[in-house]
Amino acid sequence: MTTLTEAAEAEHADPAVPRFYRVVSRREDTYDTVTMELAAQADPLPLFAPGQFSMLTAFGIGEVPISLSGLGSSGGDGGGPAALRLQHTVRAVGAVTRSLCAVRPGQLIGVRGPFGTGWDLASAIGHDLLIIAGGIGLAPLRPVLLAALEDRSRYGRLVLLVGARSPADLLYPDELEAWRERGVEVAVTVDRPGEGWQGNVGVVTSLLEPAAPGANQTTAFICGPEIMMRYAAQALIALEVPTQRIQVSLERTMRCGAGWCGHCQLGPLLLCRDGPVVTYDRASELMRIREL
Amino acid sequence: MTAQMQTRVAAHPFLAALAPPQRELLAEDAWPVLFAAGERVFAEGAAAERFWLIETGSVALDIWVPGRGQQTVETLSAGTVLGWSWLYPPHRWHFGAQARDDVEAIAFDAAAVRRRCEADPAFGYAILRCFTPVIIERLQATRLRMLDLYASPDEAADTDARRAESPQSEGTR
Repeated sequence: MTTLTEAAEAEHADPAVPRFYRVVSRREDTYDTVTMELAAQADPLPLFAPGQFSMLTAFGIGEVPISLSGLGSSGGDGGGPAALRLQHTVRAVGAVTRSLCAVRPGQLIGVRGPFGTGWDLASAIGHDLLIIAGGIGLAPLRPVLLAALEDRSRYGRLVLLVGARSPADLLYPDELEAWRERGVEVAVTVDRPGEGWQGNVGVVTSLLEPAAPGANQTTAFICGPEIMMRYAAQALIALEVPTQRIQVSLERTMRCGAGWCGHCQLGPLLLCRDGPVVTYDRASELMRIREL
Repeated sequence: MTAQMQTRVAAHPFLAALAPPQRELLAEDAWPVLFAAGERVFAEGAAAERFWLIETGSVALDIWVPGRGQQTVETLSAGTVLGWSWLYPPHRWHFGAQARDDVEAIAFDAAAVRRRCEADPAFGYAILRCFTPVIIERLQATRLRMLDLYASPDEAADTDARRAESPQSEGTR
């Protein structure tokens, strides 16, 4: 006979059942984007890898897929081990994300995961690591950059190219500066410069040539709007970076997170399971097919 | 023309598609220039008598918008070309340009290059093959920016709806 404890464990092992996480901190990154740190109430989810995503539940409203934007800081606030805490950066674009952005420290939300594939950072060992982020796409790339910085000697150049709609939309501006001070070659461009903006203006691919990635020694991770990723990948191919060394993070309607429901199907891929991170040699044809 | 100028022209990636003799010809119409940070390279509407290959530093293309002042529309970095209005009549700058930081560049006499293009169609075609990809790239970049890819779905829908609902607003401002 199954004990209550065993039943509870079995339930918790079910990837379809959210676990309770408490919001331990909340930071407003921009006018519509918030980064929150979450600590498990009881048994934490397994360790996430950079690039993987959670299904976050705003109770009574709904559930959305949100990529990990970092592991926890050691806050000393009783929220459990830092590595088991989750940071998520959420942009308010709909009912669920608006509700998630409005959470306050102390509130509970539901979390399922970790789901999907992560950035294959091991494939970049010995290479220059080129990270290209567009808009909120910087959030899923943040943990992989932090991981590379933690193990700095294993990589060549660390280059981060960031495109944003406007200076007000730019994520993590303080961290960009801190990363620059730690030796990351950071370049930022915006589509719509505001008053007083002294930086670059134009699409993110315009930063590629000055960054001068070496064809044979570059591994590239790209995340942002799909068209931006396609153009960035094409620009890298023009610079002779091999397609299998280019990884992109794709998005469709993730629901179950476990490859059961098929909502996130992209051709032969179920992106919640086989993605979201996919090498461009697999993704390029699929990204060209309309309505796929 | 100095050997040093020939070397600089040959080293610039923008002219990589030219044959060495064509680069040597072009170098005859070239000279080195420096722009200090903040210095205006050219003004919107002025005669387009030069173009430049940026070697170091970067330049902002700008336009004066009444009520909003000087607005940067794009920034250009080392390795690219500044200026193509010299290629076609009326040979006037459509935008202005200002050095964002200290800029080292190679300047070219546009009228002299045009004369060479007209006198030698093979040379002219080679020059166009250097300029056209950059023009296409900037056109595509402009189109992508018009799509406002980083907007949230709500913002994008609002923009699309406003465009659809108010066609009469075209030309009224």
